Amino acid sequence: MLFTLSNDRRKADTMQFGIFSVGDIAPDPTTGYTQSEAERISNLVRIAQRADEVGLDVFALGEHHNPPFVPSSPPTLLAHIAALTKRIILSTSVTLITTNDPVKLAEDYAMLQHVAKGRLDLMVGRGNTVPVYPWFGKDIRQGVALALENYNLLHRLWREDVVDWEGSFRTPLQGFTSTPRPLDDVPPFVWHGSIRTPEIAEQAAYYGNGYFANNVLAPNFHFKPLVDFYRDRFEHYGHGRREDAIVGLGGQAFIAKRSQDAVAAFRPYFEEYPIFRGSSLDDYMARTPLSVGSPQEVIDKTLTFQEGFGDYQRQLFSLDGLALPVEVALEQVELLGTEVVPVLRAEMAARRAPGVPDAPTHASLVTAKYGDADPRQPRPNPNRGDNLSGASPYQDSDPDSPARFPLAA
Amino acid sequence: MTIPPNPTSDPIETNAAGAPVRLVVVSAGVSDPSTTRLLADRTAQKAIDLLREAGRPTTVNVIELGGLAVEIAQAIVSGFPGARLQAAIELLAGADAVIASTPVYKAGISGLFKSFVDVLDNDLLIGTPVLLAATAGTPRHAMVVDEQLRPLFAFLRALPVPTSLFAAPDDWGSSTLGDRIARAATELAVLVRSGVGASMADTAWSGYRHQFSGNATNAERSVADVDFSTDLMRLAAGGSR
Repeated sequence: MLFTLSNDRRKADTMQFGIFSVGDIAPDPTTGYTQSEAERISNLVRIAQRADEVGLDVFALGEHHNPPFVPSSPPTLLAHIAALTKRIILSTSVTLITTNDPVKLAEDYAMLQHVAKGRLDLMVGRGNTVPVYPWFGKDIRQGVALALENYNLLHRLWREDVVDWEGSFRTPLQGFTSTPRPLDDVPPFVWHGSIRTPEIAEQAAYYGNGYFANNVLAPNFHFKPLVDFYRDRFEHYGHGRREDAIVGLGGQAFIAKRSQDAVAAFRPYFEEYPIFRGSSLDDYMARTPLSVGSPQEVIDKTLTFQEGFGDYQRQLFSLDGLALPVEVALEQVELLGTEVVPVLRAEMAARRAPGVPDAPTHASLVTAKYGDADPRQPRPNPNRGDNLSGASPYQDSDPDSPARFPLAA
Repeated sequence: MTIPPNPTSDPIETNAAGAPVRLVVVSAGVSDPSTTRLLADRTAQKAIDLLREAGRPTTVNVIELGGLAVEIAQAIVSGFPGARLQAAIELLAGADAVIASTPVYKAGISGLFKSFVDVLDNDLLIGTPVLLAATAGTPRHAMVVDEQLRPLFAFLRALPVPTSLFAAPDDWGSSTLGDRIARAATELAVLVRSGVGASMADTAWSGYRHQFSGNATNAERSVADVDFSTDLMRLAAGGSR
């Protein structure tokens, strides 16, 4: 087979564990120190590398376009991280499917999938920053429709060599080919992230894609109705049983060997962070998915997610933000990878119902598509003199769907 | 005559006419005794009497906002309610009628009352009959109910009764306050008995904006509640608009 993917640690009936970051910057309340953008970007790379080294499965980056967040261009940063890591799957949390042109998303993430040798999936969502819409020339009142229509197009661009398309939010496409074609002609797996919108969960279910609930900043099991909705519709569309639906959950953690040390160290970062000002840490620990404590306490709380939401495929933790110094963030990643996740892997596998699928990886999707056969490797036809390859962009493109575009003058 | 101050008082047995009317009192009075609560209690008792006479047994629950003050403030900043506040929201969601009573502070309704309303779902009280009441230290605040409470409940698409109740110190010595209480309670009882609010909410429900899995009684919570014939749902299932 032509692709290579080191995937040895992930065996049947295990799930994926990782971290997700929005790359936020804030003054450290204990020292007053604020990381520069340059420092935070470098530190994100170090955190991703450490996550890879300690055996975590996923590093995801949340696209933002405003200070104090640095990840405006996740594909760029993830491509760099891909070159410095070996096993970890790179992902997003989220890629804005509303304000990015789906044509550019198809190209950027296919390229990233190639350079990451398949260690890539992505999560599409609407984000939560209102002014992003006008910054990118979009109308927020159309946010849900933008998300749905743009993904419908992205889905086709990664599956059809030649796309004719017309929608409400961008110019029509005639005979368009998104390049490069996905690695092994297998598109990156897509998760749809949503915290309140059944239409987004419906779209995930319709396509048999994953559904991710960020599972932070809200009461315990607040997202269960949407997860259940997605599971029911996944089954409705014939992708499998509702238990087979591909569910991902977030979470937030701060870990120390001793419980009281975790709370004492975390408290100033929590209490001074803008979105938590005026909130009570103890209340958040009791009423939301936030875990602050010993590895065992984080393990116990995370096991309640499996109990409440059903068997699921991916667990991501937010633990590098809130102005934590990079040394602390790196230690968090290490504690998660060495003290928490190994136990969770074993415990969750033991509790898992038989037959529940793993989260798709590039390797599993290639096998599903080709079995033991070699994957397709599209080879373009020559330039016909006008920077186009004519009606058939690749040597093996489907002759029944030729490109039709206006003749060059 | 006042109803017992027990906050979860007095379920009255159902008769053959159906389930009892669920009346919920929201009081932002913070002293004890509180005239704001007293005004609400007298009105609630009158409404209960009228509904009973009409063959509609009624249960009353009282939400005292003073005890929820910290949770209300926390919910404003965290975006989600604590356990006791959530219980109060659920009580309101299930109400067939509401008596809302607030003191006037600094020429306006109590900030605590407004903060409580601020954390409610926008669709929690659609079509719910609401009796509006306020107390103040001077009759010069008499318009606060109509100028502040009434638009607030209009925003919530509730059904405020025509008569607003207002009581300044002088009013407590006047029999006309009792007359106004009786008039407002009558309006509330008639609205409840007519069923027009519930009928409005049920019939026009899909025309309002809702949040999936919200607190409103009619909120969509599962596949069975969701309308899949909308433009957005068609787009979600690969279709075009």
